[in-house]
Amino acid sequence: MAMTMTQKILAAHAGLPEVKAGQLIRAKLDMVLGNDITSPVAINEFEKAGFTSVFDREKISLVMDHFVPNKDIKAATQCKQCRTFAHRFDIENYFDVGKMGIEHALLPEQGLVAPGECIIGADSHTCTYGALGAFSTGVGSTDMAAGMATGEAWFKVPSAIRFNVTGELKPYVSGKDVILHIIGQIGVDGALYKSMEFTGPGLKNLSMDDRLCIANMAIEAGAKNGIFEVDEVTMAYIHNRVKRPVTTYAADPDAVYEQTIEVNLSEIQPTVAFPHLPENTKTFDEIGDIPIDQVVIGSCTNGRLSDMATAAEILRGKKIAPNVRCIIIPATQQVWKDCVRLGYMEIFIDAGCAVSTPTCGPCLGGYMGILAAGERAVATTNRNFVGRMGHVDSEVYLASPAVAAASAIAGKIASPVA
Amino acid sequence: MNVKGIVHKYGDNIDTDVIIPARYLNTADHQELAAHCMEDIDKEFIHKVQNGDIMVGGWNFGCGSSREHAPIAIKAAGISCVIAKTFARIFYRNAINIGLAILECEEACDKIQNGDEVSVDFDSGVIRNLTRNETYQAEPFPDFIKDIIRSGGLLNSLKK
Repeated sequence: MAMTMTQKILAAHAGLPEVKAGQLIRAKLDMVLGNDITSPVAINEFEKAGFTSVFDREKISLVMDHFVPNKDIKAATQCKQCRTFAHRFDIENYFDVGKMGIEHALLPEQGLVAPGECIIGADSHTCTYGALGAFSTGVGSTDMAAGMATGEAWFKVPSAIRFNVTGELKPYVSGKDVILHIIGQIGVDGALYKSMEFTGPGLKNLSMDDRLCIANMAIEAGAKNGIFEVDEVTMAYIHNRVKRPVTTYAADPDAVYEQTIEVNLSEIQPTVAFPHLPENTKTFDEIGDIPIDQVVIGSCTNGRLSDMATAAEILRGKKIAPNVRCIIIPATQQVWKDCVRLGYMEIFIDAGCAVSTPTCGPCLGGYMGILAAGERAVATTNRNFVGRMGHVDSEVYLASPAVAAASAIAGKIASPVA
Repeated sequence: MNVKGIVHKYGDNIDTDVIIPARYLNTADHQELAAHCMEDIDKEFIHKVQNGDIMVGGWNFGCGSSREHAPIAIKAAGISCVIAKTFARIFYRNAINIGLAILECEEACDKIQNGDEVSVDFDSGVIRNLTRNETYQAEPFPDFIKDIIRSGGLLNSLKK
């Protein structure tokens, strides 16, 4: 029977010749991920269930990224619990302050996730690694606990929507605009329980950072996973990062898709998602004068080097508008170091931005940039739910780094395209 | 397995940030999480809710983050069952894995009103609205999932 990319990876990891949509399977895992918010719950469950060993100390990643450096005593206690667990089981990929980065920028960068692998993470944006042609999905802490103990997880095999990508992005249009455009089209539950599979002649025009950004927000359309066909861009990215042999999977030519959606990159415009859902998208012909109080450039969606480069290009020699706070958060230590090396840091500071060490902080209203009642932010993050970045009466507008940087200078939501 | 309780009804796309805001995720304590459950859209919920009550939503209930703190907060607040038209998939998994009963039923979500008294039979998927004297049929869970719930969650089912 013909299978999608996702179904092929799941079949291989379940030890089955084939699987079909709706089938319940148990699959072997290549990586189990948790962070400082979700791991403590998983560790509690792991210990309560009486497990005394992990399935593979090299296939677990614990990344302290949400509330670190510790925002308060409770956060410090949670990190301490993770640290103790990591030491007890000699977890190879434990990333603490000074080595950590935002998990979904860090794992691909460090070569810990690779094409054809089956990955779960107790963080909804674990779907990011589909950019590399992996099956990767977010789960909860109990799944993480079971995964750490047994190296397996249960899945219902998803059906899929195919996105046939053509064309080429215009200047100042990026992966973020593509995924916001798609979510605006299909809605926040438009791909519920399904795979979003990206293929087509336009893929070669999407950089790995663009793909990581697009796959990252598959969950914002309700999808189980987003996945890109493996090509030369993928292989170039993993070269010198992934040291183990990889297996790649392509969909069968006659694989069944519930729907095929055409995505012509050439037609995509800078796109902004208005409060309070990522599907409330508008392009600049529909956006009037909307003054803002804060800009955040960073997160697992847009904290990579190309995002920093775009922001630096727009901010070079400019000043942030007087009433705006602009917070820039390179997603990993490596991205931070590259920002210094390439002179972006000086550009950001001269423009009047605050630059933070890696953290998820403001994206989820944790710390490091919380909004007061009535305040408005343009953010390169992934969610704009009620109260997401602070007070329930604050607003988050989701956009690309180019739109965010242009808005920081203008003091209102602004297009980077002159 | 049967439950009966008063309904707390909400709309579509109830996300995990309103179920339990991230500012409270610096703890995994169930009762502390429950104390802030739903507070950003319904400050009264935690004062009104009685043990055994039922929560009703619309489409895509529990969308957003993977935080298991969301179903934990709902369960620890005393809710015995959540009925929605659809659930976001991670919330769906998490609820099953921690043993919070959930059911998908469009008709029930359209017809049940806030404050109605409702009973649920999980084995058959039958939902009875005792206030309006109506009955709705939800799709019962596949056996695989019933097994996890019967064992009291995923980890208990693995230990068997």
